[in-house]
Amino acid sequence: MDFVVNGERRSVDTDPERLLLFVLRNELDLTGAKYGCGEGQCGACTVLIDSKPVRSCQLSIGAVAGKEITTIEGLSDGDRLHPVQQAFIDSDAMQCGYCTSGMILSSVALLRTNPAASDADIKKVLQGNICRCGTYRRIIAAVRTQAKKGGGHPHA
Amino acid sequence: MPELLSASRRDFLKSLGGGMLVLVTLEQESLAQESGRSHRRPASNPPPQDVAAWLHIDQNGAVTAFTGKVEVGQNIRTSLPQAIADELHVQPGSIRLVMGDTALTPWDMGTFGSRTTPTMAPQLRAAAAAMREQLLTIAAKKWSVDRASLTLADGYVLQPASGRKAGYGEFASAADWTKVLCANSEITPPSERQYSGRSLSKLNARELVSGRHQFTSDMKRPGMLYGRVLRPPSFGAQLLSADTTAAAAIPNVTVVHESDFIGVAAPNEFIADKSLDAIKAQWREKSQIYAKDLFSYLKANPENGETGEHDTTAALPDTHAAKNLQSTYAVAYIAHVPLEPRAAVAEWQGSRLTVWTGTQVPFGVRSELAEAFQLTEENVRVIVPDTGAAYGGKHTGECAIEAARLAKAAGRPVKLVWTRQEEFTWAYFRPAGVIEVRSGVANDGTLTSWDFHNYNSGSSGLESPYRCPSSRARFHPTKYPLRQGSYRGLAATANHFARESHIDELALAVGMDPLAFRLKNLQNDRVRAVLEAAAGRFGWDKSKPTPTRGYGLSCGMEKGSYFACCAEISVTPNRQIRVDRVVEAFECGAIVNPRQLENQVEGAIIMGLGGALFEAIDFANGRILNPRLGKYPVPRFSDLPAVEVVLLDRRDLPSAGAGETPIMGIAPAIANGLFQATGVRVRSMPIQPAFQSGV
Ligand code: FES
Ligand code: FES
Repeated sequence: MDFVVNGERRSVDTDPERLLLFVLRNELDLTGAKYGCGEGQCGACTVLIDSKPVRSCQLSIGAVAGKEITTIEGLSDGDRLHPVQQAFIDSDAMQCGYCTSGMILSSVALLRTNPAASDADIKKVLQGNICRCGTYRRIIAAVRTQAKKGGGHPHA
Repeated sequence: MPELLSASRRDFLKSLGGGMLVLVTLEQESLAQESGRSHRRPASNPPPQDVAAWLHIDQNGAVTAFTGKVEVGQNIRTSLPQAIADELHVQPGSIRLVMGDTALTPWDMGTFGSRTTPTMAPQLRAAAAAMREQLLTIAAKKWSVDRASLTLADGYVLQPASGRKAGYGEFASAADWTKVLCANSEITPPSERQYSGRSLSKLNARELVSGRHQFTSDMKRPGMLYGRVLRPPSFGAQLLSADTTAAAAIPNVTVVHESDFIGVAAPNEFIADKSLDAIKAQWREKSQIYAKDLFSYLKANPENGETGEHDTTAALPDTHAAKNLQSTYAVAYIAHVPLEPRAAVAEWQGSRLTVWTGTQVPFGVRSELAEAFQLTEENVRVIVPDTGAAYGGKHTGECAIEAARLAKAAGRPVKLVWTRQEEFTWAYFRPAGVIEVRSGVANDGTLTSWDFHNYNSGSSGLESPYRCPSSRARFHPTKYPLRQGSYRGLAATANHFARESHIDELALAVGMDPLAFRLKNLQNDRVRAVLEAAAGRFGWDKSKPTPTRGYGLSCGMEKGSYFACCAEISVTPNRQIRVDRVVEAFECGAIVNPRQLENQVEGAIIMGLGGALFEAIDFANGRILNPRLGKYPVPRFSDLPAVEVVLLDRRDLPSAGAGETPIMGIAPAIANGLFQATGVRVRSMPIQPAFQSGV
């Protein structure tokens, strides 16, 4: 199975029925995408495929052959964080941090298509992501700071 | 206990590479040891069981603190270094904090009950203060200068007059030094603290936003296998027979079948699932109760037969009441739903076992493991990576034991991550409960009697902040149908729901405004202060209800902190309740980190909103009927009200914990607001389904 992960061509020899989430985590050691429910309900497993947010717990690896996948590990530019990552820090938009990768990737995808997203847009797009610690207001605030700046820079 | 901890202080210091070490003991008597008064133990070698925390500076000036507490999202990885930094004059981010590792950190009861801030922080603060004093003493001696001419800043000792400057490491290496003290040494007063009292982002925030932090479920050990455990179809089902041959025939799969435990360990999660599916088992199930019978069951089944129950029906003396009320409240079972389910990685080396697991009680889990495998505690090490939340739901070690069983049989490290369904089914719940309240009130709104009985849900938060001449509040343990345990706020949420709902009922019975009624009867000034603050910010006076919009409030106290909550709710034509706005005032003594405290309070309100409005475990005959997020909704972005948090900072008071208490106000505030709008008094949590069905 061949695909591109975080800009690198990767090849994994495994059962095509395996779920993308677990191939990323267990075969490629990209553990930023988390297991939270396995039923598409929580968004902790969110990754970007061809720039669109998907639930990696709902996709078999066979279905993503040849695609371009971005995980949270691929979002920063070396040590330089993506502006949305930095905004999450500046707004204290986390407690335990388990939902954070999924929240950030979903937000990055939103800002890419809608760089001046309103609070209502943010809530709508993130509706499928659960933060059990209840940091929703802060997550909106973090994304809003980037929407005000027109979506952050586009390198990812 | 590993060698490290059983070593003498000298040896221990040597194992840390020399430098300076301060051990903080649990007992007050320890000071007596230091001052030479008689004590049952020699002061030179306190047994490690008595040590609560320690702090070390190595020869390069690196500061490391060790505590058995763990980080589960409540932010102590940041707030504890703030306390140390205040005293020791180093940057909080430069302090290494070793947490929850039974081989490296002192014994600790566990991270629960909002105890870290009021107990661990002062202990580490005291250790840092002692370290600071010693640094000054050594520096003055080494430089042959007056101690009072020296200052400390950012890890350096300075003599401003001469411009002389040297890092702490220089003095730490000068003389290996250890000290034992108890937590009441001289500390910096709150007003002079450099870091505590200020907002600081999480020290490990970069790890979290970049996906680099390794939760237990993210770990990988060399040669590690992936585990799954076969679960019975219902609680208490007995395994009659099992055919594991097909699973065992799958290459590289280990099947474990020991009495009624069946599990598999496989090279990856996919093969583990397949192997588990290949096992055929027969079970004998037993018939059990249904959710609809829960509350009558609790009332009918006292824990110890009928003992002592008669006194709950005897009326309290109340000669002044103009009105008497009697109401019954109920609270459903709910689940914690930490986004990271229980997870453990177990690794054996001969008869020594190491388990990484997300638990609030690392030393308790070590004992559970030692018992399960007949090991001494010295041979078991439990390490707790910062965990994807717990909320009181991760006190126990079942996942750790299962992983260790599988690893033992497979002869390789094994990771076991519970599925969401397992987490919903095989963990434990916040106890359900029934609460009966009888009360009396005089025509002028004075509370005259208060008789409060909680069945099963628990005793915390029973204490009322209201003055009442004839008052009784009791907890009655009962038998219960589902496994139950700790939860953020414990029973204080249920008890506040009943009390604050009932207080509103009393206010309305005598035609008084709920705020005025509370202010008239409150005897606790800290509760009064938060209530006035919340009502003021909310604009309580100007809030005029309509048939579809209502305003409710509540207040209370628990674990040394104080809250008041005002909620504005609206009701849609199809009887959906929406919480539009919440103002919560909160006071927990001197504030350590305002923005992170606000974060905790907001988070508690949001989590509390789920239990208040719609969360409930449904069960029947030993099965959980809604063990998935698709069937057990938790609050999402669409449920988010406008939230305002008003923090009252009491610099004159010690800091109390804040992870739990702010969850308690939202449910009664919603119920009271709902009544104000609709005239329907809902006396059970969750409120939405009861309101919808008109109960
Ligand atoms: S794990 Fe994929 S949506 Fe929850
Ligand atoms: S920060 Fe814990 S789930 Fe969002």
